[in-house]
Amino acid sequence: MVGNEEKQMSHQVSICNVVKRFGDFTAVDGVSLEIKEGEFFTLLGPSGCGKTTLLRAIAGFNQINEGEIRFSDRVINQIPAHKRDIGMVFQNYAIFPHLTVRENVAYGLKAKKYPRKEIDAKVTQALEMVQIAALKDRKPSELSGGQQQRVALARAFIIEPGVLLMDEPLSNLDAKLRVQMRSVIKKLQRRLGITTIYVTHDQEEALAISDRIAVMKAGHIMQVGAPEEVYRHPQNRFVSGFIGTTNFIESAAETNGGGIALLKMEDYTVRARVKRPVSGKALVSARPEQLFFGEEGIAGRISLSTFLGDFVEYEVQTDDGQTLLLNEYTKDVSGVRPDGERCHVRFDADSIAVIDPETEEVVSAFGI
Amino acid sequence: MHQKANRDVWSVMKVVTLIFVGLSILYPLSTVVIRSVTTSDGNATLQNFIKFFSKEYYLDVLNNTMFVAGVTTLLSVVLGVAMAYALTRYDFRLKRVLNVCIILSLMSPPFIGAYSWILLFGRSGFVTTKALEWFGWVFPTIYGKWGIVSVFVCKMFPYVYLFTSGALGSIDSSLEEAAENLGSTKGYRLFHITLPLVSPSILAGAVMVFMSAVSDFGTPMLIGENYKVLATLVYEQYMSEMGTSSNFASAVSMIVIVLCILLLLLQRWYLNRRNYCMTSLRPPQPQKLRFGKKLLMLVPILLVVVIALLPQIVVIVTSFKNCNGPYFVAGWSLESYQTIFTRMVRGIKNTYFFSVIALAVMIVVGSVTAYLSVRKRSLLTAAIDMSLMVPYVIPGAVMGLALIIAFNRSPFYLAGTAFIMILCYTVRKIPYTVRSASGFLQQMELSVEEASINLGVSPAKTFFKITLPLMLPGVVSGAILSWIETINELSSSILLYTGKTITMSVAIYNEVARNSFGTAAAMATILTISAIIMLVVFNRVSKGKVSIV
Repeated sequence: MVGNEEKQMSHQVSICNVVKRFGDFTAVDGVSLEIKEGEFFTLLGPSGCGKTTLLRAIAGFNQINEGEIRFSDRVINQIPAHKRDIGMVFQNYAIFPHLTVRENVAYGLKAKKYPRKEIDAKVTQALEMVQIAALKDRKPSELSGGQQQRVALARAFIIEPGVLLMDEPLSNLDAKLRVQMRSVIKKLQRRLGITTIYVTHDQEEALAISDRIAVMKAGHIMQVGAPEEVYRHPQNRFVSGFIGTTNFIESAAETNGGGIALLKMEDYTVRARVKRPVSGKALVSARPEQLFFGEEGIAGRISLSTFLGDFVEYEVQTDDGQTLLLNEYTKDVSGVRPDGERCHVRFDADSIAVIDPETEEVVSAFGI
Repeated sequence: MHQKANRDVWSVMKVVTLIFVGLSILYPLSTVVIRSVTTSDGNATLQNFIKFFSKEYYLDVLNNTMFVAGVTTLLSVVLGVAMAYALTRYDFRLKRVLNVCIILSLMSPPFIGAYSWILLFGRSGFVTTKALEWFGWVFPTIYGKWGIVSVFVCKMFPYVYLFTSGALGSIDSSLEEAAENLGSTKGYRLFHITLPLVSPSILAGAVMVFMSAVSDFGTPMLIGENYKVLATLVYEQYMSEMGTSSNFASAVSMIVIVLCILLLLLQRWYLNRRNYCMTSLRPPQPQKLRFGKKLLMLVPILLVVVIALLPQIVVIVTSFKNCNGPYFVAGWSLESYQTIFTRMVRGIKNTYFFSVIALAVMIVVGSVTAYLSVRKRSLLTAAIDMSLMVPYVIPGAVMGLALIIAFNRSPFYLAGTAFIMILCYTVRKIPYTVRSASGFLQQMELSVEEASINLGVSPAKTFFKITLPLMLPGVVSGAILSWIETINELSSSILLYTGKTITMSVAIYNEVARNSFGTAAAMATILTISAIIMLVVFNRVSKGKVSIV
């Protein structure tokens, strides 16, 4: 598994213009992605966005209608699912209920006709890696959700697949276990270096676990990038709203020749650098931690303050009727502002995203 | 090339089952269809149908059939579901024994079963006369429609019971816990969560009951008296047309076939609307009851089981009685057994030989078609599945006749061979295996199979390593039903048998016809005991991991 043998190379996965239709419904609509060898890549999106369909197409459970899927330059469209050299972790774990933990994990190796001794050694090692060695003779019905998850995980990676697929593997676990398993999965993936494609609708999970994320919506890719990139520099309104929490603030906009947009929100005016001119109206997407209180800014009143330990979350009702969320770190200030206090909310124009409401695209230059 | 071959395993299976179904079911049946719309000279005519629908006598027969089958189904569902719920959800120590008893009551051997009822409750029956003698009670007559219904319900409610208890045992307990958690009362939960979830299985059982009630002719023959149903009509018409071309019998059979196919379509439509996927990783635990409550539940359960078992008890008891021709006389002996083991060994041997071969074919073909119809759902697989059900719903005499006509001409000359008997048993009894197996498959999540394929095991091997073991409880329980029904099969055997291929059920019929009740009871006892032994062996093998059904 690790180190003691010559490890099989993990695959690079290329997805080119893949289209998958179910009758009249196009679930995946011309998606192209390049997933690097050893990368932890996440398909993130709301339910029905086509992420699971795409994953199942890679696994070979769906035949795609158009396009090409390649593993390290080998087109796999026509290769049946059982010959694709893929490990998969299913949302409901899909543990074989009639086999013990050990038999479940050994299943793939037995199919590949490994010698018995080697299977035993590998299974023991795999079970230790996911910390369920003590449960090896149990039946799945005697396991908790988290333990079943670990079996599913061990069963998938023990065959040393070229690609590991995970379909919402944590969605059936409780929050604490989810966070715990998240790091188990991430460490395991790093250690094994298997190219991993992970599907989730949970943006926080995606940010925490991935090397790169593809945000999907209605069968299309909205943005691909590292977690920090999609969080800090969203490319469109959907991504800025879907990843993390954000405030959309309406403003009047005017762009001058030098690529500077003048954004007016009531009495507050900022200058933001943009890569494309925007005129008329613009939408400012500013995260709670990007907003701060100042002497001047968007005028309003604090409607609710929530002390959360390391920061205080303020809900601000602006004079023109918008509701904004603002986070202030406890260590930066001396006390909590009372509800009802008048305030002015500001932001740093270079860190926020400016959205053209016509195209819904982010036009900010983001420090370029 | 190799990859392609692997992916096409199921396409090949489709073709194989299609050929099987075509040759052994559709082709013989087409002969019945053709006969029904022709005169005995072979000219096309609708006269047979016109005759049926224009005479009140025949329409009454149709009405009677619907009434008897409908009421039987309704009562069987109520009784079967209630028993299944009580026995799966509450902890009774007697559970296993009761289970076996209920299954046993399914097997009242033909003729003898109904005959036992007459012995007990008939005009000069044991219970009827004693009730009058000792308590002055006048027992209601068991002749006529209500007699048929009560005999049917006692014999057939186990279908609903078996299907339902199988499904109840494999619901994931979290579903009911969820309902409980949402604040629903026990009763509300039962009717809005539990029963709807197992409704496909209840329906499967109900369909079995309805069809058995439509095609059984032994019971209405014996206790229906003037109350005629379609099955007895077909049989009588066939017997009276013997030697001619049985065109009218074919037409009546067509009406039964159409009726039952409509019912099957209804079930299919319902299943398509409700296709639940459940992986039961946590089956429900039986609840412990306090002594008083337990007793309160146990009494009606025991009563039902004992009544359902009465025919068997009567048969076993009378098999040890001394006989003088048709009369049972005082004293006990093994005389009847001595007679059958010296004079009728062939029938006993044949019964086991034929049924075991048929069983092997049914298990293989049944598993494959169940898989095809659930996992590879298409018009073709639905049609195959549907066609497999047809021979079961047709009165056995008609299926037998169809096989004789179809396979006693060039290029086949199979009439009178063991092959045609085995073929007939296979096609007639396979639905038990198919239904039960596909019921299990429907409750199994697809991702378990996908996980195996994903781990590098081809779809064909996955079927053997994962799917088959997981659906095995369904296959085995269905196969047990198939086997029991096979050794008891009379209506088709009686047409197909010759001296060489006689079976026990035919021999029983002949003995009853000859008023030799002692030997008939002895043979019926052997049938019952073989089934009991089978069930015990099954219990051993499954080590309690698989419920009896």
